[in-house]
Amino acid sequence: MTTGTTLDDYTDRYARRMRGMTASEIRALFSVANRPEVVSLAGGSPYVAALPLDAVGAMLGALGSTHGATTLQYGIGQGDPTLRERICDVMTLSGIDVTNGASPDDVVVTVGGQQAIDLTSRVFLDPGDVVLAEGPSYVGALGVFRAAEADVVHVPMDDEGLIPAALSEAIAAVTKAGKRAKFLYTVPAHQNPAGVTLPDGRRDEILSICQAAGLLIVEDDPYGLLGFDGETVPAFRSRTRDGVIYVSTFSKTFAPGLRVGWILAPHAVREKLVIASEAQILCPSAFAQATVAAYFETMPWQQQLKTFREVYRERRDVALAALHDLMPAGTRWTIPSGGFYIWLTLPDGLHSKDMLPRAIAERVAYVPGTGFYADGTGSAHLRLCYSFPPPDRVREGVRRLAAVIEQEFALRSAFGVSAGASRPGAVTWTSGNAGPRSSRTADAPGPETP
Amino acid sequence: MTTGTGGANEPRVLVLAGGLSYERDVSLRSGRRVLDALRAAGIDATVCDVDAALLPSLAADPPDAVVIALHGAAGEDGSLQAILDLCGIPYVGGDAQAARLAWDKPTAKSVLRDAGIATPDWVALPQERFTELGAGAVLDRLLSRFGLPLMVKPAQGGSGLGTSVVRDAAALATAMVGCFAYHPTALIEPYVSGMDVAVSVVDTGDGPIALPAVEIVARDGVYDYAARYTAGLTTWHTPARLDPDVARRTSGVALDAHRALGLRDLSRIDLIVDESGKPYVIEASVAPGMTDTSLLPMAVTAAGLDLGKTLATLVDRAVVRG
Repeated sequence: MTTGTTLDDYTDRYARRMRGMTASEIRALFSVANRPEVVSLAGGSPYVAALPLDAVGAMLGALGSTHGATTLQYGIGQGDPTLRERICDVMTLSGIDVTNGASPDDVVVTVGGQQAIDLTSRVFLDPGDVVLAEGPSYVGALGVFRAAEADVVHVPMDDEGLIPAALSEAIAAVTKAGKRAKFLYTVPAHQNPAGVTLPDGRRDEILSICQAAGLLIVEDDPYGLLGFDGETVPAFRSRTRDGVIYVSTFSKTFAPGLRVGWILAPHAVREKLVIASEAQILCPSAFAQATVAAYFETMPWQQQLKTFREVYRERRDVALAALHDLMPAGTRWTIPSGGFYIWLTLPDGLHSKDMLPRAIAERVAYVPGTGFYADGTGSAHLRLCYSFPPPDRVREGVRRLAAVIEQEFALRSAFGVSAGASRPGAVTWTSGNAGPRSSRTADAPGPETP
Repeated sequence: MTTGTGGANEPRVLVLAGGLSYERDVSLRSGRRVLDALRAAGIDATVCDVDAALLPSLAADPPDAVVIALHGAAGEDGSLQAILDLCGIPYVGGDAQAARLAWDKPTAKSVLRDAGIATPDWVALPQERFTELGAGAVLDRLLSRFGLPLMVKPAQGGSGLGTSVVRDAAALATAMVGCFAYHPTALIEPYVSGMDVAVSVVDTGDGPIALPAVEIVARDGVYDYAARYTAGLTTWHTPARLDPDVARRTSGVALDAHRALGLRDLSRIDLIVDESGKPYVIEASVAPGMTDTSLLPMAVTAAGLDLGKTLATLVDRAVVRG
C-alpha cells in the first residue's frame, strides 16, 4: 500500500506569518561563504580581533570567578542599572544627553539591536500597519516587519540618505490609500546597506516632516560612532525628547557575540517595552550585560573606537580603490562615510541574485540587493561589506567580483537578457564610475568623475 | 571531530560532508544524518569537512572506511574517490571512473543510450558556443529541434539548482542564463511529461536491488530547491503509485542504469515514467542526499530496512574490498 507524506504533520497549524518561509538557494549558497577559500564581502561582522582580547578575556574570567553570584543569576527585565548608566555615557557622543532628556530610567537593555527592533514592532505594529523605511533598508528589520505582518513602504534615498521630499510624498500616498503609517524606520548614520549618512540639515527637515505628520521615528544607530570623517552627526533623538525611539547595539562597537543592545524611549513607551521584553525573554543576559558594563567602566573604549574607525577606514579605502581600479564601466557605488558597507549598482541588465552562484564559484560572496527591499526589488544592486576581511583580501574579493560582473555582462549581452533597470523612482546613486565623486568624502580614493 | 562508540572490532568510519559546492548546506545535513544512523547502528563514526586538513588527517589516522556524503563536484565527480584510492582508503559507493561517468549528465546519458536505456533526447552546449555563434540562432535551432516544453539544466550539479522547465520560447534565454550561473555547460532536453520517481539501488552483497520507487509530487508543480528541502512543500508516495507491471519495469530500468554506469553499493536513479508507462532515466547520483527530505532514506525505510544497518553493511563491504 502506498502512503503519501509531506514530512511535515504541522502544515495546517503554522501561523499565517510563516507562509512563504522555505528553504532558500541563497541561504544555501551562503553556507559556502564561510569557508576560508571564499572572500566574504557579505556578512556585516565587525573585526573583533582588533579588541584587546587578552584583557577582555581576563575581565570575563573575573566576572565569572569574582562576581559569578550575580552575573550568573537572573537580572531585571529593563536591564542592569549600571549598564544603563554606561549606555547613557555612550549616547552622549551622539548628542543624546540630559539636556534633551536622556536618562538611564528610559533605557531598556535588549538582546542586540535585533530584539530592540522586534520589541518596538511588537509595541507599535498591528497587521496591515505601514512602516516607512529607506529603500534599501536593513534586511533584519525587514524580517521583523514581515513577521509583524506590516506593510513596508520604501522611501527613496540618494548619496545623502533619505530624500525629504520623497518622504513627504510617501506619507501623502499612504494617507491617500487610507492606511496608517506607524513609524519611519531609519538608519541615518553610515546606513546599512548603502553606507551613506543623513547630514544635519536633512535630519532637521525629516524631523519636521515627521512631526507635522505625527509620524514616530525609529532611529536605528549601530554605526553612528564609526564615522571616518570627524564629528558624529547628532542623532535624531538629540533634537527632540519625543517622537523618536532610539535603538542601538554594542555589536559593532564592541562585540556581537555578547548580544547586547538597547532602546531609549519616551517614558510611557519604555513601560510598554519592558513589559513586552519580559514576556519575550524575561530579562537580558546578566553576564553579557556585566561584561559590557565592565568594558565601558574599566577599559579605554573611546581609544578602542578610534582603533575600530582606523581599521574600517583602511578597509573602506582599499575597497574603494579596488572598485575604482577594477570594476567595469557602468558599475556605480556609494562612498561610505563610515560603518561597514558599500552599495553597488551593477551595469544595466545584470541581476545580483542570479549572479551569486557564479560569484560563489569564483570564491567571492556578497549580499544581493533584493534582500534589502521588502518587495524583492533591488536586483540591480548588491551590498559589499569590507569590515571583516584583511585589506589584501578585500582587494582580492573586489577583483574576483569584477571578473564575475564582466562574465555575467558578456553572457547576458549574448542572450539579450536584461534584469530590468534599477528600481523605478528610486535613487540615482551619483558616486561610482557613472557619476560625480561625493564631495563629502574628498579624502577617499574613490572613483573619479567620468 | 567527535567520536562515536563502536565495538572493538567495528570499523572506524569517517563521514565526509560539506565541501565547497553549491550543495554544501545539503551535504552537511546529509553527513549529520549518516553519522547519526551509523552511530545508532553501533558504528564508531566521525564526520569532517573536506579541506586542507583532510589529507594530513587521513595520513595520520586513517579510518577503516569513508562514507561520502558530499554532494556536487566535491564528492561526485570522481576526484575525491581517486584521491581516496591514492591514499588506499576504502569508501562506500562507486569508484572514480563510475562517479565521473554519472556526474556529468551528458556523458551519463550517452552511456545509458548506448546500453539501450531510454533517456530523453538532449544536446549539451557550453556557453561559449552561444557567444560564438549568436545565442538567438542557437536557441532557434533548439526550439525547432525539440519544441516546447524544454528542460534546461546544468550539465553537472544537483538539487535542482539552475534547472528550469521552459514552456514559453521567450523564457528560454533567461533559463539559459540562469543555468550558466551554475555551470558553464547546459544540458537541454525535451520535457517528458509524467510521474517523477526516484529509485534507490542498494547492493548489500547479493547484487544490486531496487528499493521501492519514491513518487514525487511537488505542491507547486516544480521540484526545485525549496520543494526538495522544505518539509511540507512536496508529497512523496512510497512506493510510487504505479501499475505493478510499470513499477517492475521502472525498477528494472533503474538497475540497468546502475549497472551500465558501473555504480556500486548504492545509487539513486531519477526517472520520469510517461503516460504510456515508459520509464526514462533522467540522471543518476553516486552520493545521494541523506537529509530528512531526501529520497534514498525514504526508500530504505519503505523497504523495511534500517538506514544505519544498511550503511554499516556497505561499510563492511568496502572494508573487505579494500
